[in-house]
Amino acid sequence: MAELQFREAIKHAIDEEMGRDESVFVMGEEVAEYNGAYKVTEGLLDKYGFKRVIDTPISELGFAGIGVGAAMQGLRPIVEFMTFNFAVLAADQIINHATKVKYMTGGQADCPIVFRGPNASAGQLGATHSVAYDSMYAHFPGLKVIYVSEPDDAKGLMKSAIRDDNPVIFMESEQMYGLKGEVSDEEDYIIPIGKGKIKREGSDVTVVAHGKMYHVAVQAANQLAKDGVEVEIIDPRTVKPLDLPLIIESIKKTNRCVVVDEAHPFAGFAAEIGFLIQREAFDYLDAPVQRVCLPDVNAPFSKKLFDAWFPSPKQVIDAVNQVTYRN
Amino acid sequence: MAKKKKDDIVFAPRGIGEESDGVVQKGVDLPPATKKKHKALGLSEDDLKAMYEQMYLQRRFEERSMQQYQKGKFGGFLHLYIGQEAISTGTVFAFDDNDDIITGYRDHGWGLCRGVTPKEGMAELFGKATGCSKGKGGSMHFAKSENHFWGGYGIVGGHIPIGAGLAFGNKYKGTGNISATFFGDGAVDQGALHETMNMAQLWKLPVLFVVENNGYSMGTAAKRHTVAEIVDRAKGYGMKSAVINGMDVFSVYEKMKEIADDVRENSEPYFVEIRTYRYRGHSMSDPQKYRTKEELEEYQKIDPILKLKDYILSNNVADEDFFSEVEDRIEQDVLDAVEFADESPFPEVEDMYDDMFVEDDPYFHV
Ligand SMILES: Cc1ncc(C[n+]2csc(CCOP(=O)(O)OP(=O)(O)O)c2C)c(N)n1
Ligand SMILES: [Mg+2]
Repeated sequence: MAELQFREAIKHAIDEEMGRDESVFVMGEEVAEYNGAYKVTEGLLDKYGFKRVIDTPISELGFAGIGVGAAMQGLRPIVEFMTFNFAVLAADQIINHATKVKYMTGGQADCPIVFRGPNASAGQLGATHSVAYDSMYAHFPGLKVIYVSEPDDAKGLMKSAIRDDNPVIFMESEQMYGLKGEVSDEEDYIIPIGKGKIKREGSDVTVVAHGKMYHVAVQAANQLAKDGVEVEIIDPRTVKPLDLPLIIESIKKTNRCVVVDEAHPFAGFAAEIGFLIQREAFDYLDAPVQRVCLPDVNAPFSKKLFDAWFPSPKQVIDAVNQVTYRN
Repeated sequence: MAKKKKDDIVFAPRGIGEESDGVVQKGVDLPPATKKKHKALGLSEDDLKAMYEQMYLQRRFEERSMQQYQKGKFGGFLHLYIGQEAISTGTVFAFDDNDDIITGYRDHGWGLCRGVTPKEGMAELFGKATGCSKGKGGSMHFAKSENHFWGGYGIVGGHIPIGAGLAFGNKYKGTGNISATFFGDGAVDQGALHETMNMAQLWKLPVLFVVENNGYSMGTAAKRHTVAEIVDRAKGYGMKSAVINGMDVFSVYEKMKEIADDVRENSEPYFVEIRTYRYRGHSMSDPQKYRTKEELEEYQKIDPILKLKDYILSNNVADEDFFSEVEDRIEQDVLDAVEFADESPFPEVEDMYDDMFVEDDPYFHV
């Protein structure tokens, strides 16, 4: 095991895949000469040169589409968005084209492309820079959606994403890039897409949390452990395909569930998980599933408002207390 | 910096250190400044003094905000306008007060010259309830709609069509006002600009598309992110266009006044490239390896604020006493603004739900 920062883990994965496959290339704003707005692609230009590490203008729709076309030619583009908040401008290429080209042509064209970058909020960046898009993309048929929480997951899943022959959305977070963690140094370390992980075992309540929310759940679980409540944390890692069996198995054990999701509540990840649990494990539930997510309100700038807006460990604890009838 | 590796296939143009002759390339080539004196431009002595005050205020406000940011008084992004003040100032003096202005996130200067007070501005940076946007917007979203300043926006290019929409509104209602949408050289590459230019020309909207070309889009020099001359974009749409020296407030004033008159009179759009230079990094965490110190110093030598001061002094419009009075007063105003911001209350948590919908008690999903 080696200790790596989150950004390094992603870079190692990209580097390894670029090393083994000539058709993999990286493009996005500031990815080459600036070494990445968040230094995820640091050093790749030096190593692979200007052909394979490409700075783009601020033209999200255009370069996402160029990526789609290049993928249809059999290349494997890794398209970086400075954040997924800016990928909104490229939504036409992702949603109307990348996900549909194979289907519409009756299978004549594949689109092996990775769209990656930070998702959701990163502190006080205001309303237009703070939205979690994982559920939105998961809504559309034809996309795999990954939103990881730790360096090890990032490495193994990024490698899988690049090798996948379909369009894959790979989500990170500005606030996690500096986070350190043990990363397997197994040669060619691959985590299959669609496999979640029990990251903390516990018997009292299941907490499902991915991406940045995983870390909020961990803080809550540490606090709850002091009160004798043992939380089982499941990080699905992949939003779609979802590792539902892992979640259901856990609920059969704990009989209670809280979903923590950094999105607004309506029709989000938490809503979907809640529905699936009632369908698959209704008889096992001792309490209604609860969720902790953002309010149905845009991201405010002011620190005080932002702190109130962002899901907190305290809210997770309250939700756990509610499903365990401890309040 | 990447090694000078010979690649047979290259896509994006290379940056500094990669020029074959090793010569430092300038961020932007400035067109000549106007030679006209203030009287010939129709500017009174009081106008000159007011222009100086405005530019000096923008500069000191931002220098102080940078300090407060570094002290940890507020977070988020902080994009400074320092170096570009002649553009906001020259434009606002050239425009009618009812003409509409909209811009990107580098918006403090625009706010200040359209009536955001230093106190309201600083409080907004601090995220306080007393800020111009009630602390909800922060640095990127200064606004003062009552003064026809529709705010700063954070999605590059996103506000360009909105500026044309303001013009649409003016034409529809017959107000006689015009609008101007200001954006960076980086935003020129967004499709939104091109869609909007076509419609603006087609529909004869009274709008100015104004590029503040400061040589860089974050860490990418303009010549590395966009082809040909930016101003020539206008040709493809049959749109009138101009290039202006943005380091000279007289030049901005002169040309923007002519253009504003033309747009108002003919109800036709105009595309304007104003060349300028940003002295600071893109935001607060920018090591600025993409440019040289020498390049920066070239532009600081022709600083628009110092240039106006020299003009005022050498033309005996005012003396040193005037400057010490003004500079002391503005310094005090800005310090008062910092104190005001610091002491102002944060919004109440419940205020988070205000300004989402027009109703007093709207529906929020839980
Ligand atoms: C759609 C979108 N893509 C990317 C960004 C990130 N971003 C913010 S400012 C910026 C550079 C813009 O440069 P320019 O238009 O020249 O304006 P300047 O900062 O020089 O004033 C980038 C890439 C963004 N905010 N929105
Ligand atoms: Mg620029």
